[in-house]
Amino acid sequence: MLAPVRRQFRALALAFVPETGSLPPEGWMALEQVVEDALRARPRSLRRQALLLIHLIDWCAILRFGRGVGRLEANHTSRLLRTLESAPVLLLRRGIWGLRTLIQMGYYTQPSIQRAIGYRGHSAGWEARR
Amino acid sequence: MKTRRYDVVVVGSGAGGGTVAARMGPLVAAGRQVLIVERGPRFLPEDFSGNELDMAGALYADGGGFLTDDGTMTLAFAQGYGGSTLVYTGTSLIAPERVIRSWGVPGLDHADIEQRSRRYMQENNVHLLPPGAINENNQRFVEGATRAGFHPEQFPLNLNGCRGSSLCNLGCPNLAKQGTHRVQLPKAEREGVEVITRAEVVLLEERSLRVRIHPKEPGGKGAPPEWEPGEYQVEAAMVILAGGSIGSPALLLGSRLQGLPAGLGERFTCHPAHILVGEHPQPITNDVGHPKSFFVDRGSDEGYVLETCMYFPFTTAKNLTGFGPAHSQFIRAFSRLQMILVLACDEATPGNRVYLKKDGRVAVTYRFTPRVIDSLVRATRASTRIFFAAGAVRVHAPTADPPSIEAADAARSDALIQAKHFLPGRISISAAHLMGGCGMGHGPRDSVTDAWGVVHGRPWLRVADASLFPNALQINPYLTVMALADRVADGALRDAARILGG
Repeated sequence: MLAPVRRQFRALALAFVPETGSLPPEGWMALEQVVEDALRARPRSLRRQALLLIHLIDWCAILRFGRGVGRLEANHTSRLLRTLESAPVLLLRRGIWGLRTLIQMGYYTQPSIQRAIGYRGHSAGWEARR
Repeated sequence: MKTRRYDVVVVGSGAGGGTVAARMGPLVAAGRQVLIVERGPRFLPEDFSGNELDMAGALYADGGGFLTDDGTMTLAFAQGYGGSTLVYTGTSLIAPERVIRSWGVPGLDHADIEQRSRRYMQENNVHLLPPGAINENNQRFVEGATRAGFHPEQFPLNLNGCRGSSLCNLGCPNLAKQGTHRVQLPKAEREGVEVITRAEVVLLEERSLRVRIHPKEPGGKGAPPEWEPGEYQVEAAMVILAGGSIGSPALLLGSRLQGLPAGLGERFTCHPAHILVGEHPQPITNDVGHPKSFFVDRGSDEGYVLETCMYFPFTTAKNLTGFGPAHSQFIRAFSRLQMILVLACDEATPGNRVYLKKDGRVAVTYRFTPRVIDSLVRATRASTRIFFAAGAVRVHAPTADPPSIEAADAARSDALIQAKHFLPGRISISAAHLMGGCGMGHGPRDSVTDAWGVVHGRPWLRVADASLFPNALQINPYLTVMALADRVADGALRDAARILGG
C-alpha cells in the first residue's frame, strides 16, 4: 500500500520521529507493516485520503522549496509540517495529526523501541522489579 | 435464519449489562430464559499479553482509534465479555450529590444511588491501596498537589490480588480488577443466565433482535462464539439495552421502532481529556504499580478533575502535541515521566450527539465549548504547578506553544498556557467517560427514558448504561452505571409478571 509513496513516507517519518533515522531495514519493515495494517482496518476512503495527503505534502514541498519531501533537507520538511499542522483548515490539521499518529504507532509499539526508551511494563508488576 | 426465543435479552455485558445480568437469578429460578448478548469476545486469561498494539487492537473499538466525526477527539471504549470494565482502572467513586440533584430526574435521588453504589463497592472488593503499594508517579502527584495548595484524594479501587502490572488499560493480566467479567457475569452464568459473545445486534425491532454471530478470526484472541456463526432472529418479551453511550443510542436510532423520543442520541458528554507529562531528573516508578491511585476534584469550583495516570509509549507519544526532537525528548525520558490526566467537566450541549451516518455507521458529533476549553486550560495550569512543585524539570502542556515549559519558566506558566493554543485537530484530546444519548427525565419531550430506564411509551424496552445520564457525572462513572443498572434490574423484576406474561 505504501510502496508508491515509500520515499516520501520515510522522509515524513524522519521528520515526525527523528529516531526512525536509526532504524535497521527490519525496523522500517515493522513500522510500515503496522501502518499498513492500521490503514487496512479503516474504510477504503480513509486509505485514499492518507495517500492523497502524502502526495499533497509532496506537492507543497515542491511549491515551497522546489523539490519533493523525499529529497528535502530534514529541517525544511519539519518547517513545512509545522505550517500544515497549524493550518486554518481543520481537514489539513487532522490529516497531519493522523499521519503523525500512524508513524508513532509504527515506531513506539515496537518492543525493542519500548525497551530502549525505558518502558518496563510487566505482568508480574512489582515482583519483576525485585 | 434461525429463531430463538427468550423472556429477557440484555444487550451488552459491561458495567450496566453485567449488573443487570447478575440480578436476573430469580427470573431464571422461576423458569424464565435470560440471554446476554455481547458484541466482543470472551477473552481468556492468557490473552492479556500487555502488548500495547495487540491489546488495543483486540479490546478497543476501532483499535482505540474511534474518532468524533470531525476527527478532533478519540473516544475509547472496549468490546468483550465485561465491556469497558475490562479496560478501566477500577476507580470507584460515588456520584456527587450536587450532580444527581442537578439532573432533576423525577424519582431519582442521591440517597438511592449512594446506597446501591455502596453495595457494589462491597461486592467488588473496593478498598484503598496501602501506602506501600503506591508508586512514585502517584507519590509525586500527592506531594506536588499538596505543595501547590490542592487537596489530593485517594481513589477507592475494586482490586483483588493486584500485582501492580500497571497494565489496567490493556486488560489486567492478573485478573485483579473486579469488573463485571470477574464478579457479576460469572455469578449470572452460575445462576443459569446464558451469555453469548461475538454477537452483534444488527437490528432492533418490536420485541425482537437480529443478531449476527461472528466466527473467531484465525489466530485471534478470545474463545470461539457460543453459537454457530450466522444470523439469528432473537425474540424477547423484554429487551434491556446496555451497549454504552454509543452502542445503545445507535441501536435505537437504527431500529424499526416508530415514535421514539426525539432526544435520542442527544445530550452526549464525555469529560474531554488531555494527558500531561512532567519530566523529572531521575527515574521514578511509573510503569509499575497501580496507575491511578489519586485525584484532585475541582469539578464544582473550576470544572475539572485531575487524575494520576500512566499510559504506554505509543499512547503517550500520540497524546503529546507536536513532533520532532522536542517531542522525542519527552518520550526518550519515559522512565522519568510523571503523568496527569486532566478531565473537563463538560455539559450536555445542543448538537453534541450520537447519530447514524447515511451508510448506517454510528458517529459522534462533539464541539468544544468555550467553557470546556477554559476548564482544560485551567486544569493544565494547575497540573503544571503540581509537576513543578513535585520537582519536574520540564512539563509538556498541550495548550502552550511551544508545549514544552522549562522549570525556569514555571513562574510564568499560566501566561504560557492559553486557550488560543487550543487548536482542535492539532492537539490530542481523548475521552473514555462516554455518557448520555438515552437520558432519563420527565417524559418523551425532554428525555428518552424514565428514572427506571424504561423507554417512554415502551415498557418492554429499557436502557441500563451510561447513556442514561442526562448530563455529565463529573467523576469516573462506572459505579454510578452499576447503581443505575441495579435500579433498572429492580424495575424489570418488578414488572416481569406484567411484561413477560404467564
